[in-house]
Amino acid sequence: MIRIENVSLSLQATPILHDISLTIPKGGVTALVGPNGAGKSSLLSLIARLQPLQTGAISIDGLPVDTTPNRTLAKIVAILRQDSVVASRLRVRELVSFGRFPHNRGRLTDTDRTIIEQSLKQFDLTDLAGRFIDTLSGGQRQRALVAMAFCQGTDYLLLDEPLNNLDMYYARDLMRSLRQVADGNGKTVVIVLHDINMAGAYADRIVAMKSGRVIADGAPAEMLTTPVLQDVFGFAMQVATINGKPIVLHHL
Amino acid sequence: MAKNRIAILAALSVLSVVAFLTIGLRGNIAFVLELRAIKLLALSQVGVSIAVSTVIFQTVTGNRIVTPSIMGLDALYLFGQMALVFALGGLGYAALNPQLKFAGEVLVLMALACALLLPMLRSRLDMGLMLLAGVVFGVLFRSLHSLLARLIDPNAFAVVQGASFANFNAVRTDLLAFASVLTIAALIVAWRARHVLDVVSLGSDTATGLGITWSRTVTGLLVLVSSLVAVSTALVGPVAFFGLLVVALAERIVNTRRHAVLLPAAALTGIVILVGGQTLFQHGLGSSSTLGVVIEFFGGIAFLLLLVLGSRK
Ligand SMILES: Nc1ncnc2c1ncn2[C@@H]1O[C@H](COP(=O)(O)OP(=O)(O)OP(=O)(O)O)[C@@H](O)[C@H]1O
Ligand SMILES: [Mg+2]
Repeated sequence: MIRIENVSLSLQATPILHDISLTIPKGGVTALVGPNGAGKSSLLSLIARLQPLQTGAISIDGLPVDTTPNRTLAKIVAILRQDSVVASRLRVRELVSFGRFPHNRGRLTDTDRTIIEQSLKQFDLTDLAGRFIDTLSGGQRQRALVAMAFCQGTDYLLLDEPLNNLDMYYARDLMRSLRQVADGNGKTVVIVLHDINMAGAYADRIVAMKSGRVIADGAPAEMLTTPVLQDVFGFAMQVATINGKPIVLHHL
Repeated sequence: MAKNRIAILAALSVLSVVAFLTIGLRGNIAFVLELRAIKLLALSQVGVSIAVSTVIFQTVTGNRIVTPSIMGLDALYLFGQMALVFALGGLGYAALNPQLKFAGEVLVLMALACALLLPMLRSRLDMGLMLLAGVVFGVLFRSLHSLLARLIDPNAFAVVQGASFANFNAVRTDLLAFASVLTIAALIVAWRARHVLDVVSLGSDTATGLGITWSRTVTGLLVLVSSLVAVSTALVGPVAFFGLLVVALAERIVNTRRHAVLLPAAALTGIVILVGGQTLFQHGLGSSSTLGVVIEFFGGIAFLLLLVLGSRK
């Protein structure tokens, strides 16, 4: 369980998050949605202790993120950032292998190798495994980064807009993989999404943020309605029903 | 493939070492050999220290164009040395055992380097700013160094003046024993940190996500770099571009940035260039005092090339 209590954040004297309290139970997929600048990435960075906590408390499985040793946390929670840049000149397999670092401190075991090959296969990277990251397309690189986060084998996965750069095939593929690890392996996935229909189709719960606050929170059926979405995104959009499921026509 | 290339580099190093020891042996062989062995120990230590400290420094800063000396760390060392003489000169500091003084200088450098560089490293600066800061640091500490030199009484000044510029011909052999211990300890630590260094090269956020405690790790690595810089600067004086040249070459030879490969490759390249170059200049090209100049010349060209090629990307 991720427990967020009264968390506020200011950067350069500008308030970014205002008194956020949120509990994300263990298991399942939670989608974080909201307009640009709402504070989704900031909240995720705080949970993943990439940003030091200023006020409030955050704990994962009872471990406070600001005082628990970093190595311990790295075995529990993995994060994919929105703007991951790979600073180093690495091959795809090397990058994905780094996901195992919290477990092996750099010395790969046979188990690690099996997990790495599985991740490569799962994200269709086997043929690209020997390529340098800087020679990949944007979507291929994004898949490699997601594979690295998966490889970390943590109970909690925080993914900030992992669908960036992915085509329809791989976007659907990734969402199905997330559903599968949540249902099959009991993992907890927190994912920032801009595609509200993806959130509606694959998440168990949608949390909507705006201007540094959580303004709506509920199951997809409650959230994908014209009034709620207008509240969050600032314009009226039609919601159709196809096969009993809400589909948001936000592009019309 | 990388293994083979390291083997080739190792063979070249052995060749340089043997050539350095044996070419043109004359007279009292045992005596000459001993002299040469001492100098060999110093030269190879300098080569290895500069190479390894440069690799680590580039990894921590996430920047292939900076080196400890470009960021002014060797100027900082000389400044610290001078400051110690200035502050403690009246207390008979100049008469202290050189090894003891060296130990003090190493500690001063570690403290100064952490105080000045850690705030900069906390948020990785972009390359332009970093180079600018390095130039400013370098100039500032060189000026402070000469200012202090002017304020110091002439006797004390003579103690430090000799070591203010690189000279591969006149090595401070009196510091060798202590320097060797320090170098070996630093190299062991660096080798054990090779996997951590790989993760550090991914940047602070990714490294934190993988369980690295960024500030503690970076502080430790900076202390490591400081001790290696202190060794090389104390033994031969400041060098500007040697580290850059060695690491750029080594990285192209092994074509990877993984530290398990790059650290030994850079160290061996350092030995080949310094020991091999010294042999070549001593016996082939006449004057051995020009090696420093030639190395800096090619290092400077490598620096410009990296700048131009890097900015084009
Ligand atoms: N380092 C920073 N300094 C100052 N303000 C910042 C900083 N980082 C983010 N902000 C501000 O904080 C607010 C929230 O940013 P955040 O990145 O969390 O938004 P987001 O919800 O992830 O948006 P997006 O959908 O565009 O990714 C924005 O207004 C942004 O301008
Ligand atoms: Mg964001």
